[in-house]
Amino acid sequence: MEAVPARARVYVIAIGLVALLCLLPPPTARTHAWVVLALAALYAGCEQVARRRFAGTFYPVLLASVFLLPPAAAAFVPLPAALLSHVERRPFLLRRVWRAARLVLGVWAAAGVHEALDGCDAVDTSDFPYALGPAGAAVLVLCLVLALLDGGILALAEKAPARRAWRELLPRSLAPVAVHGTAGLMMAVLWRSPYGPVAALLVLLPMGVSWWVYAQYHRERDAHRATIRALVQAVDIKDGYTRGHSERVGQASVLIARELGMDEERVEVLRFAGILHDVGKLGVPTRLLRKDGPLTPEERRVIELHPEYGHEIVRGISFLGEARTAVLHHHERLDGSGYPYGLAGGQIPECARVVAVADAFDAMTSNRSYSRARPVPTALEELERCAGTHFDPRMVAALVRAVSRSGWHPAVTADEPARPGERPQVSSLPGARP
Amino acid sequence: MIRHRCPLSLPVIHTSAAVLTLTSLCVTFRTGVHEGFLALAFGALVAVGELTRWRGPGLREIAPLGAAGALAYALLGENAGLHTHHGVCQSVTIVFAASLLGSVPHIARGRSPTLDHLARRVLTVGFAAVCFQPLCHSGTLAAWSGPAHALLLLALLTLTVLCDAVLAAALAHARTGWPFGPLLRDELRSTLCIGSAVCATGAVMALAVAVAGLWALPVFSLPLLLTQLSLRRYAAVRTTYRQTIASLARATEIAGYTPAGHALRVAALSQAVGRDLGLTEPELTVLEYAALMHDIGQLSLVDPVPAGATAALPVERQRRIALLGGAVVRQTGVSPQVAVVVERQADPCREQPLAARIVRAVNAYEEKARDAGPDGPLKALEELRLGTADDYAPEVVESLARVLARGCLTLPGVG
Repeated sequence: MEAVPARARVYVIAIGLVALLCLLPPPTARTHAWVVLALAALYAGCEQVARRRFAGTFYPVLLASVFLLPPAAAAFVPLPAALLSHVERRPFLLRRVWRAARLVLGVWAAAGVHEALDGCDAVDTSDFPYALGPAGAAVLVLCLVLALLDGGILALAEKAPARRAWRELLPRSLAPVAVHGTAGLMMAVLWRSPYGPVAALLVLLPMGVSWWVYAQYHRERDAHRATIRALVQAVDIKDGYTRGHSERVGQASVLIARELGMDEERVEVLRFAGILHDVGKLGVPTRLLRKDGPLTPEERRVIELHPEYGHEIVRGISFLGEARTAVLHHHERLDGSGYPYGLAGGQIPECARVVAVADAFDAMTSNRSYSRARPVPTALEELERCAGTHFDPRMVAALVRAVSRSGWHPAVTADEPARPGERPQVSSLPGARP
Repeated sequence: MIRHRCPLSLPVIHTSAAVLTLTSLCVTFRTGVHEGFLALAFGALVAVGELTRWRGPGLREIAPLGAAGALAYALLGENAGLHTHHGVCQSVTIVFAASLLGSVPHIARGRSPTLDHLARRVLTVGFAAVCFQPLCHSGTLAAWSGPAHALLLLALLTLTVLCDAVLAAALAHARTGWPFGPLLRDELRSTLCIGSAVCATGAVMALAVAVAGLWALPVFSLPLLLTQLSLRRYAAVRTTYRQTIASLARATEIAGYTPAGHALRVAALSQAVGRDLGLTEPELTVLEYAALMHDIGQLSLVDPVPAGATAALPVERQRRIALLGGAVVRQTGVSPQVAVVVERQADPCREQPLAARIVRAVNAYEEKARDAGPDGPLKALEELRLGTADDYAPEVVESLARVLARGCLTLPGVG
């Protein structure tokens, strides 16, 4: 994204000129001047704090200025913060102009609508049920204008289809901005009340705390995911020759689940089910997992315990939901010849059937020390051959459809180049053979 | 299960809350309710806030919406420009009734701290109302109009929240017997974040209702609900994180490297010792995670150590396992402090951070006392005391002895 296409540059400059026009009639009444300056400084301060802690625009102050000021004055409020904002990628000036112009235009339009509906008087006299109407209209207009402008730049700079961008951008921004709008309205009402701007500032504290907590939430969630991934890598390292296998199985499970039309929450659970399916191998002695030569029946039985070990490990993690049964049953076969319980057909939980197919698919298409990777079409044929006896035909068909449509390009975060010839030939493990 | 070694503070707090509530109920019953609709609206807000409250870290109950609504009602002097007439007693009565109503599902689910929570709520609201309502009704506040009024409210609220923190720490101290100082410090720390938001929201609600009437309540509850929602999600993800770490720590047990339940027991005992030594809550979290994962380095061994008893191994071997464990923990994205504790658990105690000293001593105690029969604990403690010169830190061993003497392991939320 270093080079910005020429038409996008022209678009930004045109929007910038329009924004300049909005700013041109200078604020007429003297009384507005200090309000504008105070709000602009406040907004810049909030953005500075917000930039360090979290991303996004701090809407309450912007919306308070929409509710307090006439359009030309309100449009000035986002200007200093946007022009001073920190830009990470070139071209710096163009990006700053873009950020400033879109907010100036949005705020100007929203304030115009608010003024046209007599919102400012309603705020002045805190005429309550009425003040909600113009405020709601202003929030809607702000979201509309921002979505329209953003859709335009996405279409020009990244060639995203504009209509889809608009359809996605508007509903996503409407709810949060509306909630911030109520805070902005309260701020505006208190600003004009006898209690003055001091009381209005108090509104920002809970909003700030809310943002801080939200950022903490994201940090903690990322840490959580990293933990799961890393412990799964521990399995992969212990197993020796299945680098990235768990994560790829997670991705293949997601492919199948999406193709079957499962809802997003369930797809996410299946991702974890795929990632964690072999976690029980942590419980199998490393010596066995890496053993050279054929396994004795007794050793085979020990390795076949890994689904039960895995279930024992993840049993206490409540958010995994049905992924836990997938860990337990991913080696069951449709004809009842699998392990640990020898379940058959519909007795096997659906998610376990998904993970079983994904596991076998990745086992065939990735390099193992005992066998070379097979091409994807061959692997799919093999899966179809075993569908009905080993695998659920529905899941196999879904995988075939998904792969034939978008191909199979697994991206693994911890993909290191495999060191060939490091391990001698090892007999096939029951856990890895389809 | 809970030890009843309660200091005097618990009955004192409960009795004063009961007296305040009963007096308020009697007075309100005799004088009748002023501005019924206003009382109903605030009561509904507090009840909804109580309904959505949940259990925070430690024994803390979190209900920011309920707390802010209750404080706002106590500090309300005007409604849309007209003076209000509810006094101290009505404030306490309404908040008590609404909190009780909102707590019904929690009581039905049999969660014990409801009584403490109610007592705290009643006392803080009483405090705020006693500070504010007489001033308001006597007309003293006429001199404090405009911005000064807002600042006065803020000052009162800060005072109230500080009192609440002291009260909460006293209750927790009475319930658990953990030292009061660190508990108060943790309460004040959490006050900085959630408490300041509650303070500001209470003040804004009182002021906004004074200006705009009751419409301000639903309008401003919306952003606060957002805060509450993100707080809940944060709490939820913290819980799952803890579950994940506890579960994955059991991998060593399932692999047969360590006996069943070892990691959990070491974590619980370490936390008790950490509390006794006055660690803060973030430090306790680091300690807990480190104790849960202290054996994870053994996963990198090709063959298990017999019975997972690392304390009996040569020091060099212990250090190697600790370093391996630190490397695993470092990869997991848990705070690097946890990794430091894990990898330094086998160092001489003089060079260790406190958390690592605790984990080392508690781990050794657990391994020695585990299968040693009825007098195992005493013998194990004796061995640790003899080893205090270099291996185990004397202050940690003494603290461990205190904790064991108190039988702290049966505490709720720890065992």
